Amino acid sequence: MEEFFQQLTNGLAVGGIYALIALGYTMVYGVLKLINFAHGDLFTIGAYLGLTLLTSMSLMDSLGVFFGLLLLVLMVMGLVGLIGVLLDQIAYKPLRQSPRLSAVVSALGASIVFQNAVMLIYGARFQVYPQDILPRIVINIFGMPVPLIRIMILMASIFMMGALYFFIQRTKVGTAIRAAAEDQGAARLMGIDVNRVIMLVFLIGPALGGAAGLMVGLYYGQINFTMGWIYGLKAFTAAILGGIGNIPGAMVGGILLGVIEALGAAYISIAWKDAIAFFVLILILIFRPTGLLGERVAEKI
Amino acid sequence: MLLEIENLHVKYGNVEVLHGININVDEGEIVTILGANGAGKSTTLLAISGLVKISGGLIRYKDEVLNKTPAHKIVRRRITQAPEGRRVFGTLTVAENLNLGAYTSTNHERTRKNLEWVYELFPRLKERENQLSGTLSGGEQQMLAIGRALMSDPKILLLDEPSLGLAPLLVRTIFNTIKEINKSGVTVVLVEQNARAALKLAHRGYVLEVGNVVLQDSAEALLSNSEVYDAYLGGKG
Ligand SMILES: Nc1ncnc2c1ncn2[C@@H]1O[C@H](COP(=O)(O)OP(=O)(O)O)[C@@H](O)[C@H]1O
Ligand SMILES: [Mg+2]
Repeated sequence: MEEFFQQLTNGLAVGGIYALIALGYTMVYGVLKLINFAHGDLFTIGAYLGLTLLTSMSLMDSLGVFFGLLLLVLMVMGLVGLIGVLLDQIAYKPLRQSPRLSAVVSALGASIVFQNAVMLIYGARFQVYPQDILPRIVINIFGMPVPLIRIMILMASIFMMGALYFFIQRTKVGTAIRAAAEDQGAARLMGIDVNRVIMLVFLIGPALGGAAGLMVGLYYGQINFTMGWIYGLKAFTAAILGGIGNIPGAMVGGILLGVIEALGAAYISIAWKDAIAFFVLILILIFRPTGLLGERVAEKI
Repeated sequence: MLLEIENLHVKYGNVEVLHGININVDEGEIVTILGANGAGKSTTLLAISGLVKISGGLIRYKDEVLNKTPAHKIVRRRITQAPEGRRVFGTLTVAENLNLGAYTSTNHERTRKNLEWVYELFPRLKERENQLSGTLSGGEQQMLAIGRALMSDPKILLLDEPSLGLAPLLVRTIFNTIKEINKSGVTVVLVEQNARAALKLAHRGYVLEVGNVVLQDSAEALLSNSEVYDAYLGGKG
């Protein structure tokens, strides 16, 4: 029971991280029908920027743990969001009228550029997050000990997802994003500036991905310039699992994948941990290519 | 002259589909553009709305040339289109679609009044306010497309084949509503294949044939013109 509970909470935390990354894939896919292959690297950049800001600014000392972390998250999100917008302007926007494959190739190129840039700047070896950021507190839930960082990560990702959901579902601009994802021409006939919508999507998606990178750094304590590859693939799986283009789907898919993976690693074999995600991906593609919530996407007239 | 289309050329790729057409619209009119499938009617409306690029000629609206104005800014000039095939946002509710129609509006009071008006014109939409519009019938979707366009408070309403695929009774309802909308002061450009119904409604009409205006006259004259009759109203169709 204790083992199960630990794996479940761990799976939820990791799943929340997958979900945050998956949202970037799904939002960009929604408006551009493009898989942003450089998205995993934006996640990596978030992890590295987080490390740099953490070690260079001593935010915790001056602001306390809570506000220090909050400011750190906001800065990472802002910076990675900005890089996301630039990525679109430089690598994708000039190709909007070109065949879709051109943008895909451009995305792969951008991914290589980002990965190499991180390696050149930070080096190829693992980098270690400071270990004394959070007090090593363990919190008892139902009599079982759960590390504070795990709870904080889960709460932060749930908060971000909730905020995004509210924004997308309940605000005028969020509705405009959904409309542009469904029919760009019709959206323009409503007076929506679709270029602005795309820019916004490239701000929000990478910002969430960057936050996820920071969370991984804080959770596992070490980061590497290739980490975006495996996390990107898993988050992409999560997006497919929930139905690509579907925002609630990415959230559900991420959490579900995290939990499946954690439980699978515990009860089947730890050696198979990474393979589980791809097994899930293959099953989905065979049995439910539209994803779990995909019907809502396919519901086009 | 409210809207003036002068020597308009439009190409898709290398293929020119509008070869220099001229169309004028006066304030308060209903002008209909008729023609067979592929004549270039939709392209004309899309050019006005800024959704296709113009390769020659000009579109003038109240002394302003709109040739290079992007689509989302055309709406701000209060020229709004209910496009061919309705193109309502199927994954959004009826109310969300209508609210998007007022996307450019900053006047909440005005938007509220417009919504009231749209629900008055189409009570069916009010009943289905919270339904996903993808689940509406074809006729209801057409009502939504027109209602959504009205939410932007247009001076000129461009309607592309609002009768397409609708049962005759519903067509009559929609056309009566168009008349009512026009009476309230909105200038209407109506593209139709249902020529007889359109001409009964309109003040003037233009007939397009493979990218050229081949006839233009008052609606009455066109209705009694045997050429039009043969070509569009019952002859070879
Ligand atoms: N997106 C497009 N790309 C290429 N050709 C098009 C496109 N849209 C329309 N056409 C062509 O342009 C011509 C005019 O089409 P359209 O304006 O839709 O005519 P109508 O509305 O009168 O039926 C047709 O020959 C059609 O095949
Ligand atoms: Mg047409």
